[in-house]
Amino acid sequence: MIKLEHITKVYPGSDQYAVENLDLEIESGSTVTMIGPSGCGKTTTMRMINRLETPSRGRVLVDGHDIAHVDPKALRRTIGYVIQQVGLFPHMSIERNIATVPRLLGWERAETERRIDELLDLVGLDPDVMRKRLPHELSGGQRQRVGFARALAADPDIMLMDEPFGAIDPITRVRLQDEFRQILRKVSKTVVIVTHDLDEAIKMGDRIAIMRDGRLLQYDTPEAILANPANDFVESFLGQDRAIKRLALINVRQMMEPPRNVGVTRSISEEANLHAALSLILAERLDGLDIVGADGGRVGYLPRERVLSAQYEVTEA
Amino acid sequence: MIVTDAITWILDNRSTFMVAFNRHMLMCVISLGLAALISIPTGFMVARSPRAAFVSVNTAGSLRSIPSLAILAATMPFLGIGLLPSLVALIVLAIPPLLLNTILGIREIDPAVLNAAKGMGMGRREILWQIELPLAMPSIITGVRTSAIQVIGGAALASFIGGGGLGDFVNAGIALMNMPRLLVGALPIALLAIVAEILFGWLERRFTQKR
Repeated sequence: MIKLEHITKVYPGSDQYAVENLDLEIESGSTVTMIGPSGCGKTTTMRMINRLETPSRGRVLVDGHDIAHVDPKALRRTIGYVIQQVGLFPHMSIERNIATVPRLLGWERAETERRIDELLDLVGLDPDVMRKRLPHELSGGQRQRVGFARALAADPDIMLMDEPFGAIDPITRVRLQDEFRQILRKVSKTVVIVTHDLDEAIKMGDRIAIMRDGRLLQYDTPEAILANPANDFVESFLGQDRAIKRLALINVRQMMEPPRNVGVTRSISEEANLHAALSLILAERLDGLDIVGADGGRVGYLPRERVLSAQYEVTEA
Repeated sequence: MIVTDAITWILDNRSTFMVAFNRHMLMCVISLGLAALISIPTGFMVARSPRAAFVSVNTAGSLRSIPSLAILAATMPFLGIGLLPSLVALIVLAIPPLLLNTILGIREIDPAVLNAAKGMGMGRREILWQIELPLAMPSIITGVRTSAIQVIGGAALASFIGGGGLGDFVNAGIALMNMPRLLVGALPIALLAIVAEILFGWLERRFTQKR
């Protein structure tokens, strides 16, 4: 668990708080997304966890230990770090880039080699093709995959990601978000993602921390934040379509009724969310949708009214 | 033909020529080496501090605008004549390009690369040897190339303050109005400069990484 206690940060020569009396608890194995307008202190807060920034007051505990007493280099080698511009070393091959932290930790050669192959496979890159390449020979998306693999190399418990999808085209971004989320779930890391993209924060985060002017305004699950914004700022930050955004968090299975025998309507996968279902219903002017399983068989029926009332039913549940 | 006369003279006076040629090379290599030993570490020390870098860049820039002959002449009142004042003058001549290009090379490194290196737990020393030095290397070699050419030309003037070298033939040629003798000095100097240009140009390309 990561615990930030009464964190305040004032930069030398500035009379404003970059971060002001912030408390935050991040449970082990969960993903927290930090979001807010630029200059709100989200990146500064994240960088305190691997001591790239030092709090002016307050302390940061990782698994109960105050990290102020841990050597910064040793600490950073146990925390994965991914940044928007990736920051691959341009003069090193992909394999050497990925081996950065294992080499710092003095791993055995064979162990490092095995790990490089494993990681490239994990992030969907072919080791035989990629190992010897230089970063400039890769696309932006491939580079971010390598950056992600490099951060995972020494199997850290904590991953810090600073706008990891910010520099990637929208289509690749969605695919990488999906893949990275799956990988992070599979390897059960404690993850902090800084983002300025609300959809990304909702999609990636088990919890969202909304910040403004160095202060934490609300810290809760995406569902709870979308349902009950803490104040006017959060409400306007979420946008007027927050009700529709919430639908993206609800799976069609949660709302469906038993399957009907008359199959005249369109169908949607049981993996889909209500946002997609509503979109289809509106586009095709349907009264409802058949829900189909992976094998194509009907598993349920989702009437239009259930989608429209889902907001209230889920809140009460 | 003057050129053939010059070559004949070299073949007939091989030992005299080699003494001068070796002296010339010695001056170039020592001054370039010492200048590199001074400039490159200094460049690394000042590059990250805006104020120190500003001072160094401007000092080096104004040093560079002083003509080589003036620098050579200026050392004579303090150090007399001979090899030592020549070497000191050539070092002063070689420092600015080396220092400027070292600072430039470090400053051109993508800050994201350094942020990532630090964030993954690299220390000052690891960042210096594994990241900064290799990435600044092409620019440093550009500095070596410029300095080498300056020094090869500058060493020709060392003859005026008794430094010896190939410049002796040029001076003798002018004094005696003996054109072949003048070329005995001038041709090898020109060749040395061209060889240095090609050699360091090739090295620079070898070290340049595409980004």
